Amino acid sequence: MSQKYDVIVIGGGHNGLVTAAYLAKAGKRVLVLEKRYLVGGASVTEEVYPGFKFSVFSYVVSLLRPEIIRDLNLPKHGLTILPLESTLTPLPNGDYIYRDADHFRTLRDIARHSQRDAEAYEEYGRAMYFMAKAVKFILGMVPPDPTSFHPEDLLGLAKTARNFLGLEEDQLYTLVKLMTMSAADFVSEWFETDGLRATLAASGIIGTFLGIRSPGTAYVLLHHYMGEIDGAFRAWGFAKGGTGGIAEAIASAAREFGAEIRTEAPVAEVLVKDGQAVGVVLENGEEISGDVVVSSLDPKVTFLKLVDPRQLPPELVEDIRKFNIRGSSGKVNLALDGLPNLTCMPGYGRHLAGAISISPSVEYMERAYDDAKYGRFSRRPYVDVIIPSMIDPDMAPPGKHVMSCFVQYAPYELAEGTWDEQREAFGNAVVDALSQFMPDLKEKILYRQVLTPLDIERMVGITQGNIFHGELSLSQLFFLRPAPGYAKFRTPIRNYYQCGSGAHPGGGITGAPGRLAALEILKDQRK
Amino acid sequence: MPIPTPFYPRTSTLSESHEWSEWAGYLAAITYEPTHDREYWAVRNSAGLLDVTPLFKYEVRGPDAERAVNRIMTRDVSRCRVGQVMYSPWCDEDGFVIDDGTVARLAPDRFRITAADPNLRWFQDCSFGLDVEVVDVSRDLAALALQGPKSREVLLAATEDPTLAKLRYFRLAETQLAGAPITVSRTGYTGDLGYELWMAPEHALAVWDRLLEVGRDYGLLPIGLAALDMVRIEAGLLLIEVDYISSHKALIPAQKSTPFDIGLGWTVNLEKEAFVGQRALVRAKAKGPTWSFVGLEIDWISLEELFGKVDLPPQVTGRASRSPIPVYRGDRQIGQVTSSVFSPILKKYVAIGTVEPKEAQPGSPVEIEITVEYHRERARATLVRPPFFNRARSE
Repeated sequence: MSQKYDVIVIGGGHNGLVTAAYLAKAGKRVLVLEKRYLVGGASVTEEVYPGFKFSVFSYVVSLLRPEIIRDLNLPKHGLTILPLESTLTPLPNGDYIYRDADHFRTLRDIARHSQRDAEAYEEYGRAMYFMAKAVKFILGMVPPDPTSFHPEDLLGLAKTARNFLGLEEDQLYTLVKLMTMSAADFVSEWFETDGLRATLAASGIIGTFLGIRSPGTAYVLLHHYMGEIDGAFRAWGFAKGGTGGIAEAIASAAREFGAEIRTEAPVAEVLVKDGQAVGVVLENGEEISGDVVVSSLDPKVTFLKLVDPRQLPPELVEDIRKFNIRGSSGKVNLALDGLPNLTCMPGYGRHLAGAISISPSVEYMERAYDDAKYGRFSRRPYVDVIIPSMIDPDMAPPGKHVMSCFVQYAPYELAEGTWDEQREAFGNAVVDALSQFMPDLKEKILYRQVLTPLDIERMVGITQGNIFHGELSLSQLFFLRPAPGYAKFRTPIRNYYQCGSGAHPGGGITGAPGRLAALEILKDQRK
Repeated sequence: MPIPTPFYPRTSTLSESHEWSEWAGYLAAITYEPTHDREYWAVRNSAGLLDVTPLFKYEVRGPDAERAVNRIMTRDVSRCRVGQVMYSPWCDEDGFVIDDGTVARLAPDRFRITAADPNLRWFQDCSFGLDVEVVDVSRDLAALALQGPKSREVLLAATEDPTLAKLRYFRLAETQLAGAPITVSRTGYTGDLGYELWMAPEHALAVWDRLLEVGRDYGLLPIGLAALDMVRIEAGLLLIEVDYISSHKALIPAQKSTPFDIGLGWTVNLEKEAFVGQRALVRAKAKGPTWSFVGLEIDWISLEELFGKVDLPPQVTGRASRSPIPVYRGDRQIGQVTSSVFSPILKKYVAIGTVEPKEAQPGSPVEIEITVEYHRERARATLVRPPFFNRARSE
C-alpha cells in the first residue's frame, strides 16, 4: 500500500468531481481516480479534429445546481454559461416553428400555425413553472425512506407532501398527469400543432428507451424543466469551452481545496475487508488505501463489477440487475467548413445560435422509436442540433464551425450486426435526416465523429452508454433510485458510497448526486 | 429631438427592439435584439461594437497645449507621451469633480479629450492666457468602441495591420480600416480587452460595414447601452450623474464629490505644476475623504430567504439598476449603492456605491435595502474592493 487517503472517488465525471470538491472543502484528503486522460466523463471537450473542439457527449446545461456553483465558486474557476435562447423546428413542407427570447415574435410564429396554441403556450409556460417549482426541491434533498419511522425520513416525507399538497388543485392534477402520461399525450392536451407537440414532447424521451407516446415520458419532460439559470426556470445554456469547461471548473475548485486528481488511473475493484471498504486496486495492480470509497460510476458497475456481488444482499443484486439502463441515444459531431443553410430560414441569423430540433411531427418521432423497439437505429432519427461555435467562437477556427447532434434512437442492442459494422450507416442516417432541412450540409463536412451507445460505453464506461446512468422512469426515481433502501447514497458495504447519476436525483449535468452524497458522507463521519 | 449619429443608417436597420435612448442629444441604441443577454455576452465572450459618437470630444492645440491640459486635469499630463492615453477627472477650484474622461496625446502640442458633458467653455476658461486653442471636434469625429476578448482578432482582421497586435493598454495608433484613416486607442468602458476607433464621419459607414463583416467569424454583435451599463458596473467604472454628480450640476454642496470621495484619489497628483483645484485638494487630502468608493456583493442566500418568505425565487433585474439604495450597518445608514446589477459572468449580484470611510473596511458585512413584494427588507452584503471583473491587461 503506497498512500492513504480519507476518501477515494472512483471516476472523474462531473459528479465525482463535485463529491471530491465538497469533501476536500470539508478538509478531507481526497483522491479522484479517472480512467481517461482527462476529467469530465460524459462532460468533456476534446479537439478530435485539429482546431475544432467538440463537446463530445453531453452538450448543453441547465440543471447544474446553483448552490454548487456558489459553494465551489465555479465562476472564479472559469465556469461561464452562455445563453441558448432559441429552438427552431424545420417542417417537411419548408415551413418552420421558431421560438426565442422575443416573446411576441414567438407567439406570432406559433399563431401562424394555430392561434389557440399561441395562447396555450403562455399558459403552458406558467403551468410548467409551477410544476418545476413544486418538484425542484427534490434536487436538493436526500430521498426519505417511506417505510421508515426515523424522524429524518418522516420529516422528508412531510416536506415532500407539503410541497405537492401546497399546489393549487389544478396544478396538482397537472402534476399527476406529468407523473403518469406520455409526453405526447401531455403536450397534446395543450397544443394542436403537430410539430410543436413533437418538439416539446421530445424532452420526454431524451436518454430514455421509450417513445413520446409511451406512458411515463411526461416525467422526463419535467426533469428537463427543473433547470434554472440565475433563478430563471427552464433556461438552458451552453458552457463556454463546451461541457468540458464545466468539469474543468469543478476540477479546478476541487484541486484548490486540496483534492488530488489522477487521470489514466482506471480502478479494477474496491478492496473490501470485513464488510468495509478499505481502498481500491487499479487495473495495473496498484493498491491505494482510503477510509471511504465513493463510486461515481453507474449502479451496474458500482454494485456488480467494482465489488463482488456475493458481498451484497441478493435482493439488492437482483434489483440492480433489473435496473433499466438501456442505451438509446448516439451522438454525431461535425466539423464544418462553414455554416449550413437552412431551407426554411436561409442565411445568417441568431437562429443558428440556438437549438435546431429535427422533430417535425409526432408520427416522425414515434416511427423513430418503432425502429428502436425492434433493434434498429432510427432510419429517420430525432436529432437535437446545436452549433456551439455560433455561441462560443473559441470552439472552431474563425469562419469554421462545429455542429453537435444528439440522436435518438440508437439502441445499444442491435437485432442484426454489430455497432462496429453499423456505425457509419448510422452516421449517414443522421446526416441524411439533417440534409433534408440543410441541403448543403454534406459538402460542408470536414470531419465526422459518430458515437454509438457502444462507443459511449467504451469511452466513458457507462453501461450501455445510457446518458442518465439508468432511465428516469418513476420506478427508478427518488427513494427507488437505484434500488429501494439504497437511495441515500450508501451501500451495504460500510464506507462504500455512490455519487453518480444512477443515484438520486438522476442524470444530466446537475452535480446534485455528487453534492448530496458528499453531505451524507460527512454526516456519517461526524457520527 | 435627438439626432442620429453617422452610424444611424446601419444601427437603425439592425435595431430589432427599436429601443433607443437619448445620449447627449443623440439617438443611442439601448439594445438591438429583443433582450440584452447576447449583447452582454458578446462583450464578455466574443466582441461587441458600440456607437460612442455621442461622447464630447475636444482638441487642445498649440505650443502651450501640455500646460493647458495639465492645468485642467488632476493627473500629471506632462508624463503623457505622444501615443499615450490617460484617464483623468477634472475639478473646479474647490476640488470638486466636474467630469472625467480620457486624454490622448496625439502630438507634442496636440491633445484630444473625451467628456461626458459639454466642456468647451470650461476648457477655454482654464486655458486663458496660454498659447493654445481649444476646439470642439465632437461633430468631426465618429467613434466606435470595439470591446471583448475577440476584439483584437477582429481589429487585426479588419485593418490587416499586424502592428496593432502590440498596441498596449492606454496607447493609441494611426491606421487604416476599409480604406479610411482611423485612430485606434486601446481604451474602453468595459473592463475587458477593447479598443476605441476614431474616424471622420464620412468614413463611418465603411468602417462599420467592414467590422461587422469581418466580425461575424468572431461572434461580433452590435451592442447597446443596456449591455454597456452592466459591464461597466462589473468593471467598477463610474457613470456621471449616477455614481457621482458633476459639481457644475449639483444643487446642494453635499452632492459634490472630490476625486477622493469617488475612488479616484489615485488620479490626483498634488506635486505636479499648479492645476485647477489643487489647493482645495491638498486640504481635502489632509482632512480625509467624506466618502469611500466601494463594491458590494449581495448575499444570494439572503435574497433567497427574503423572497422565499413570499414563495418567490429572488427577483433581480436582468439589466443594471441606477436606483440609489441605502446601505446600513446595524441601525445606521452608512452609505448608498448607486449602481447595481446581477452579473451573469460572476453569477453574483454586485453593486458600487459610497460609504463612510470609517465603515469601508473590505470584507466587512453590511445590509442593503431591497424591496420584496412592496415591502422594504434588508439583504446581507459584503464590502469588496472593485472591480468585480477585470480581464488581464498585461497581454
